[in-house]
Amino acid sequence: MADASSGEHEPELPPHLELQRTRVVCAPDAPSYTESVQYSGAYMAYGVDNSLRIEDFCKNLRVEIISMNEEDIEFDIVGIDAAIANAFRRILIAEVPTMAIEKVYIANNTSVIQDEVLAHRLGLLPIKADPRLFDYKSEEENANEKNTIVFKIDVVCTRKGERVLNSSVTSDQMKWLPEGSEMPFNTMTKFTSFGSSQKNLPGLPAEGISCQYPDIIVAKLRPGQAIELEGHAIKGSGNIHAKWSPVATARYRMLPEVNLMEDIQGKLAEELVQKCPTGVFDIEDVGTVKKAIVARPRNCTLCRECVRGTDWDKRVQLTRVKDHFIFTIESTGALRPEVLFTEAIKILNEKCHRIITELS
Amino acid sequence: MAATMELGSETDPRNATFSISDEDHTLGNSLRFVLNKDPRVAFCGYSVPHPSETRINVRVQTTGVPARDVLKDALNDLMAMNQHVSTTFNRAVETFKANQGVNELSMKSGVTSQHSGSVKKP
Ligand code: SF4
Repeated sequence: MADASSGEHEPELPPHLELQRTRVVCAPDAPSYTESVQYSGAYMAYGVDNSLRIEDFCKNLRVEIISMNEEDIEFDIVGIDAAIANAFRRILIAEVPTMAIEKVYIANNTSVIQDEVLAHRLGLLPIKADPRLFDYKSEEENANEKNTIVFKIDVVCTRKGERVLNSSVTSDQMKWLPEGSEMPFNTMTKFTSFGSSQKNLPGLPAEGISCQYPDIIVAKLRPGQAIELEGHAIKGSGNIHAKWSPVATARYRMLPEVNLMEDIQGKLAEELVQKCPTGVFDIEDVGTVKKAIVARPRNCTLCRECVRGTDWDKRVQLTRVKDHFIFTIESTGALRPEVLFTEAIKILNEKCHRIITELS
Repeated sequence: MAATMELGSETDPRNATFSISDEDHTLGNSLRFVLNKDPRVAFCGYSVPHPSETRINVRVQTTGVPARDVLKDALNDLMAMNQHVSTTFNRAVETFKANQGVNELSMKSGVTSQHSGSVKKP
């Protein structure tokens, strides 16, 4: 293998192999070179080292935030393999914990919606509570202030003159019970054993715990119908049930690249601009000729409209950069999206750590 | 059953299969990537033997060093990479927040005093 420190410049791959290594080429019929070449000795014959040293990884990694608010984040992460990016995505969806209602004790439900459907709907409500403040609750454990959040819904629908009150039960009618369950004791069951009020939990926001969105309709009622219940939320992760998933979605796409293989001018240029539904191309006036240019390659959705038709696949080449990911995380609200990503990294680290310990 | 088992021969530590419980493609695929990038690895692959059992088998064959050591190095490398992704990401978030604070101030200057650094919903 060539020695990089010997002063000679490093051997390079021939262009066609470099293209296969770094790009997915999207032909009109199918994409090719979709796999990433991982084996360190894959290009031994050319004297090119395909191994990965941590120093190189650290030198090449780039992260840029494109947009961010309380719920969504979009960022570019460059210099990482799909295997790692996908691990982050999978962990975000299935392994970062949140709180969600797991047990529902229904005292009264005369609405048209069945108990089990109602319970399922309650489970899916996103709860605005930092899961890092709570412990996991095992089946044998009693519900206490460190592992359970109790909510109560007590709504009666009535008629007041012409008006009907409480005709829909919304998520803001779900009241947080910081002192634990209030279920009547004549049931002879103790549902929670809180040692102290959850209000004193360090780190809890002043406004307390509630559903992330106040306007989610849980059930509809007609006059005379009522719902009285308690929902107990515990900590869990998305691989047990999707209600614990902290994200609406976490996804990435590879950076699209649109290459013009020849000068496209005049009528053809106009046709090309017309073809693209997302406005990737623009027309530039060079003297008297109109020339097509690639103005916004990031907009490309890979619909392949521009390579359809006779000879168009020879004029335009669509590729994707294999190590450039446009990552989007949409949080359901319990944690900010950038915190979710950091949590995901932590979880992957814990996995590694666990196995190292078990191997020693 | 142990959570992580090494299955191989007693006389030849170079080749082994590691059976890891409670893990899936998330770790399997990342681990295969890191292992394959290691020049000491001659072959590496992983499988999920049964879809309803959370267990993966990672096969490692090396050019000389014990497979167990190579696997441990790979795990350490993966952790180092994670650490670096984390710091780079946090730095990018800080930069973005700082820039946004500046933008917000310049947009709203004179109108209301904005808490710079805070991120507003669009
Ligand atoms: S593939 Fe579709 S979106 Fe992308 S440049 Fe071509 S026409 Fe536009």
